[in-house]
Amino acid sequence: MKSLRVMSKRRRREMQHKEVLRVCSKLLIPLIMLFALYVQFHGDFGPGGGFQAGVIFASAFILYALIFGVDVGMKVLSPGARRFFLAAGLLLYAGVGIVGMLLGGRYLNYSVLLQDPIAGQHLGILLIELGVGVTVAAAMITIFYVFANQDDSE
Amino acid sequence: MIFYALLTFMVVSALALLWLRNLFAVVMLSGSFSLNAAVLYVVMDAVDVAFTEAAVGAGIATVLMLGTLALTTSHEKADPGVSWPHLAVVVVVGAALIYGTLDMPRYGDPMAPIHQHVAPEYIERGPKQTGMPNVVTSILASYRGYDTLGEVTVVFTAAAGVLALIGRRRKKKNGVIKRTRSGERP
Repeated sequence: MKSLRVMSKRRRREMQHKEVLRVCSKLLIPLIMLFALYVQFHGDFGPGGGFQAGVIFASAFILYALIFGVDVGMKVLSPGARRFFLAAGLLLYAGVGIVGMLLGGRYLNYSVLLQDPIAGQHLGILLIELGVGVTVAAAMITIFYVFANQDDSE
Repeated sequence: MIFYALLTFMVVSALALLWLRNLFAVVMLSGSFSLNAAVLYVVMDAVDVAFTEAAVGAGIATVLMLGTLALTTSHEKADPGVSWPHLAVVVVVGAALIYGTLDMPRYGDPMAPIHQHVAPEYIERGPKQTGMPNVVTSILASYRGYDTLGEVTVVFTAAAGVLALIGRRRKKKNGVIKRTRSGERP
């Protein structure tokens, strides 16, 4: 069985010479993240939303890990942080629903969140989309790292 | 016209996927299949779906499949040959599904049941009640908030399942919690 770690070790030596890939990905990664944030917060007005934004955000991490090596990439976000974000997004989503209930509405009714029902809807949708984005990004990064690091024997 | 060109290309890709034995090529081709599907959705004016398909189907799924190949093997075992009973079942089910689509309204038909009361109501009420210019977002996030919560739960469960099955790594390098490759505690 070949391991990705072994591959990535060899690949990393090769990568020392692949200036073009490294420079281009360094240029691209911030733009990918910026685009993910745009998709995240512009989802109310155009195509996109938390799900797509989360995937794009995760792809920035995956690109980094592919170019600079998985073990270098794993240092960017610790396992504890990945698990925290994985749960935090879902809890934020579910929590918005519970806050709505405490304020006298039904579960996941955002109109009661603020005085103005439309502003409440805006806030609610912004928060739950953020929850979706955080969980999806954390899930994709987690699954990738688990797959890539599985053969990390000896 | 472009519609049929894309569909033809997708059928050709699907057939090639069947015949290929090199799994690396299969992964790449299924990525291009997904990208084609995304373009098809754009042609059909479903940009949100196209966006998701391009990001998940063509992007993340390809990367995960490549990760799986690195873990397992990149070449399929020899073709076991055609099993006629199985082929017959597949053909019959496929024919029944295609027969079923004949009853569906034509694409973009304004008289389709969905355009009689559901869609107009959301288009009418959505912007007023939620203030969202994007009707898709208003439906997904507000009117169908429960469904989206369920989807996020599915994503969370998938990641948690992967972590539970193959995510546990040896914590200590020199032996205290050493784990075998299959993930069991020795």
